[in-house]
Amino acid sequence: MNNAKRHSIIWGARLAIIVALLIAWQISIEHSRIAAFFLGSPKKIGETLVEWFTTGSIYKHLGITLMETMLSFLIGTGFALILGLWLALNDMCAAIFDPFIKGLNSMPRLIMAPIFAVWFGLGIWSKVALGVTLVFFVVFFNVFQGIREVSPVLIANAKMLGASRQQLVRRVYIPSALSWVFSSLHLSVGLAFVGAVIGEYLGSSAGVGYLILEAEGTFDIETVLAGVILLTTCALILDFAITLFENSLLKWQGK
Amino acid sequence: MTLAVARAMVRGGEALTIMTPTSDAGSRANALDLRGITCTFPPSGKGEKPYTAVRDVNLTLADGEFVAIVGPTGCGKSTLLNVAAGLLPANTGDVRIFGQPLIGINDRAGYMFQAECLLPWLTARRNVAFGLELRGVDTAEATRRADAWLARVGLSGFEDRYPKQLSGGMKKRVALAQVLVMEPKILLMDEPFSALDIQTRQLMENELLDMWSADKKSVFFVTHDLEEAISLADRVVVMSSGPATTPVAEFNVDIPRPRDVTEIVQSPQYLDLHRRIWEILKKEVLKSYERGKTVAAS
Repeated sequence: MNNAKRHSIIWGARLAIIVALLIAWQISIEHSRIAAFFLGSPKKIGETLVEWFTTGSIYKHLGITLMETMLSFLIGTGFALILGLWLALNDMCAAIFDPFIKGLNSMPRLIMAPIFAVWFGLGIWSKVALGVTLVFFVVFFNVFQGIREVSPVLIANAKMLGASRQQLVRRVYIPSALSWVFSSLHLSVGLAFVGAVIGEYLGSSAGVGYLILEAEGTFDIETVLAGVILLTTCALILDFAITLFENSLLKWQGK
Repeated sequence: MTLAVARAMVRGGEALTIMTPTSDAGSRANALDLRGITCTFPPSGKGEKPYTAVRDVNLTLADGEFVAIVGPTGCGKSTLLNVAAGLLPANTGDVRIFGQPLIGINDRAGYMFQAECLLPWLTARRNVAFGLELRGVDTAEATRRADAWLARVGLSGFEDRYPKQLSGGMKKRVALAQVLVMEPKILLMDEPFSALDIQTRQLMENELLDMWSADKKSVFFVTHDLEEAISLADRVVVMSSGPATTPVAEFNVDIPRPRDVTEIVQSPQYLDLHRRIWEILKKEVLKSYERGKTVAAS
């Protein structure tokens, strides 16, 4: 009872904040043309969003952006898993590659976007490449650290129960690496999404980032903001889907 | 060496020749023979000296015997178990399992660890079946045997729980089932019940004794708890305080079986043994305590 009440207060307050902001916004642009130029009209933004979905023109762009996100995430995570496992289990290789990986990680990767555009063209692959460079390091460091910190007792126990080196990797190291991938899921999917949008924004022919870029070229602030709202909503939905996924999968991590 | 220690060693020595005939006397081979085992660990940092955990240890475990090893905490008891398990190669010395030299992991032995060792992403059932699956037993058969063992340790109905969803005592039972389902000839136990509350612990000890008398495994049981050692074992070995730990005395526990660990502590035989062993163990504990203080002070 008490909990339900608390819940409704929280949601009511959130809704009130949004409505108040929208009203203040609408009033300010009706009284000032400068504000109207810089802020755009919330009413028009709403209309743009409705139009996108009723005509269906947005689906193509949204589909491309989400496709790039998905590919960046899968490819980046795949590489990170393989390399993380390999380096975590090979001390010598880890020592050799350590400075390279740290160097690549500290490099500002957004700078690479134009280079990727040259290498992979203006289609989806240059965006995927950018997303991969963002996702890879988050997952890699998680996996690497996770494998290094697998409890030695767990390993000794598996050995005593008869695990060969190969079985140890398959039945102990990989499952614990995967649990670390899951723990970084929110961050890595978020970064894949950021990579896709930024990539589109820096040069593309389709995608939500491309719509924003195009609208900025004509000072169409309403379309820009409609795009931003669309992206924010997508990011929230993705995050929510991951939470659902985690809850179903990580029962053993329990409370 | 103090007189008491010397006397105890003589007493232990006599007992040893009666209890555990050596293999060259023509009888059955010992389950486990440790001869002249020394383990030295490389220095942990610059300016540190190498650390000798155990030095020149001779220990035997006859087939079907239950031996408890007691000593101050951190005296290298676990090191000895790791050597016997084949997890840690000794720097010098000879390890024999049923007369055969040990190479690699000791696959005749089951090891029950002090720390938590269940795989957190597997249910109780799959944890117990884990070892069988590693050895190529098919899933249906492994599941059947795992369920049977879970029932034997009193965990029917908990097969689908994950370790996180089990209490400390339940986790220990699963760990016990995980080891025993492999039907090892030798059981190595490293303070397995030290993290449990006293009631759960006594229950587990009684269960262990039941299972041990049912299929007569050879057990090496490491503990720092003298009461536990006397209640369970045929023979109690007292180790010196570390570093360079070595056995200082042995006692036969001639309290008749079957035993009940909750009642045994009142028997006069128990009290007498406890007094005699504690006399020696106390000195080692004090030494280890003093050393701990000087290390902390420096």
